[in-house]
Amino acid sequence: MMSPRWGLGWRDFNSQLADMPLSDTIRESQIWKSIFRHPMPVDRRNRIVVMLTNFFLHLHPVSIKKQGIALSYTWCMGGVTFFLFLVETVTGVLLMFYYRPTVEWAYTDIQALRDVTSLGLLREIHRWGAHAMVITVWLHMYRVFLTGSYKPPREFNWVVGVILLLLTLLLSFTGYLLPWDQLAVWAITVGSNMARATPVLGHEGPLQQLLSVGGVDMITNASDARFALLGAREVGEETLNRFYILHCIAIPLGVALLLAIHFWRVRKDGGISGPL
Amino acid sequence: MTHGLTEAQFLNTVASFLGPYYIVLALMNGIAALYLWRSGTAKTWFSIRAGEQTFPFTSAIVWLLLAFVFIVMSPLAWSGHGAWMPSMPEWLREFVNRSTGPVVYSVGTVVLLSILFVFRRFFVNPTVAWVIWNLMLLFLGLSMTDRDFYEIVAKPDNVPIVMLVLLLAYFTWLATYRAVINDDRIARGEAPLEALDNEKILVWPDLVYTELICMIALTAFLIFWAIALPAPLEEPASSVKTPNPSKAPWYFLGLQEMLVYFDPWMAGVVLPSLIVVGLMAIPYIDFNKAGNGYYTINQRKFAYIIFQFGFLVMWITLIVLGTLLRGPNWNFFGPYEYWDAHKVEALDNVNLSQIFWERWLDRPMPTAPSGSPFAVQAGYILLRESLGIILTLGYFIALPPLMALTVFRKYYQRMGLIRFMLMANLMLFMASLPIKMVLRWVFNLKYIIAIPEWFLNF
Repeated sequence: MMSPRWGLGWRDFNSQLADMPLSDTIRESQIWKSIFRHPMPVDRRNRIVVMLTNFFLHLHPVSIKKQGIALSYTWCMGGVTFFLFLVETVTGVLLMFYYRPTVEWAYTDIQALRDVTSLGLLREIHRWGAHAMVITVWLHMYRVFLTGSYKPPREFNWVVGVILLLLTLLLSFTGYLLPWDQLAVWAITVGSNMARATPVLGHEGPLQQLLSVGGVDMITNASDARFALLGAREVGEETLNRFYILHCIAIPLGVALLLAIHFWRVRKDGGISGPL
Repeated sequence: MTHGLTEAQFLNTVASFLGPYYIVLALMNGIAALYLWRSGTAKTWFSIRAGEQTFPFTSAIVWLLLAFVFIVMSPLAWSGHGAWMPSMPEWLREFVNRSTGPVVYSVGTVVLLSILFVFRRFFVNPTVAWVIWNLMLLFLGLSMTDRDFYEIVAKPDNVPIVMLVLLLAYFTWLATYRAVINDDRIARGEAPLEALDNEKILVWPDLVYTELICMIALTAFLIFWAIALPAPLEEPASSVKTPNPSKAPWYFLGLQEMLVYFDPWMAGVVLPSLIVVGLMAIPYIDFNKAGNGYYTINQRKFAYIIFQFGFLVMWITLIVLGTLLRGPNWNFFGPYEYWDAHKVEALDNVNLSQIFWERWLDRPMPTAPSGSPFAVQAGYILLRESLGIILTLGYFIALPPLMALTVFRKYYQRMGLIRFMLMANLMLFMASLPIKMVLRWVFNLKYIIAIPEWFLNF
């Protein structure tokens, strides 16, 4: 071991550390203390305080009924869905680095992502995470129904949850188009063809004749509900752009807002449900 | 997906899945045996006497033996030789193909779920449930060697449905298991399970660490899934080449399946909107105060049955039908049947107005003289469809008050006019699908009201 001129060698440095495990040294450092406002909670008082002083933990209550967090009761499905939303957000942002939502580039960018990009699991994680999220959000609803947890005082939070479930499906649906392959385009074509038949507002829907002025149809294939969804008469460049923005910006913002309300209401309505 | 593969290459692909699959099944049963043995909860099925000694033949031993069976099956399946791989016998596959159809499938699922519900006390027994669970997984494994079955089930975007079905089977069992225990407890005047042992505990560390472990496990699972199964990427989009069948994403295939029985304005717009509205309305319709915060069936049987009919029967099984069993031209194909695009199914469906005028009254359908003004034409159309219009209006307008006066008298008294009408109409809309299904199967009925002139077919 070389000893530098100023006489403080590795050995000396090491002997300073020897008193204390490395993990404690890190936790005692000024940097750690500046980030985490509270020391590692080991006693009851500090375990309570940590929940109140940490930004991420303050979503939780300080204490909770034992049965309320039993996995056989909650199935953890709400939490899993939220975590999948975070996974989708992170992988989605990374995917946006590689992907251009134009008819010219969309498909080749996905191809390149598969063939060229190192650690090319991003799209897989994003896609399977999305499918999993649809499943877990259904299971969450299933559990909440089976335990009757929508009953007063949680009626409105159930309504928020139904909207979140719908938005999850729409997120998945808008994302389905982006690879711009046969699977994507035809799935969206089949799905959006339904909008053609919207009553009153679809050009092949019942009662669409009601909206005609002087014998001229106001609802045509260039002005009906399907056109509003696709931005065009057929699934094309405009649709890709529209779905991209819905998928990456509009719907996630809506979900984020409703999630905040959903979690806030869980707390305000008395926490996780249980026998009254 | 397996196009262009020879039979041997195909079997090799399946073998690389089935080998590990049976090992997982063996581990599953081994862990179950270990758990039962260590926890001392293994049941003794019978005892074997050998002189002085008795040897208890317990459930732990049965599951351990089953694990050995799976261990033996694994290398056989891994071999990739058709003759060695455990698979469904040909005659059974033929039988399943030939005997299934939309009617058998739909009625069969309803009957099966009803049996599970009525005899739930028997089926929630962990031993029975474990046997069924093993049989389900064994059915999946044995069927995988069938090329047509593999084509559908192992299609990357269909894999989530297989997971969904297995997860739903497990969680439905778990919920019913707890509900049966709670119902017994409540009948004895005791509090439900969820009220027991309910001191307050600190979120740090109990909940925080559970969440952390869940996140790590889920991340590991996602990464494993992502490595094992590449995301699908087909040919570049072409507006000229229409795939047959053209399918929406899997979670909307229940709605696409409804297109068989309803026009797009109902199947694609009105009914989906009503599903959302109906779900949101549940807390405001359900006036039953019992069953809040614990699993129970007996205390809220009506709500439970209606919800399960909507969710398990009309949402999940229709998705499974639409995804796995509907092939080219939306024809029905058995699980082991080749998706032949040239399969022809006779379509001789008739409208109610045709039956009414042409068969029953034996006269031509009323048609407006050509060139007559709109009002006259509308009059003729309404006359032509009068029976269907009366039936439909009667169904949605006259039936709810009748329900309120008869079967649902008590509900009506407790709910009041508006809430009852909302519930009755939502239920009638929900029931319209099975009613139309039965009418189609029995009478080949296409539309009750058929006004293609106004895009109004019902």
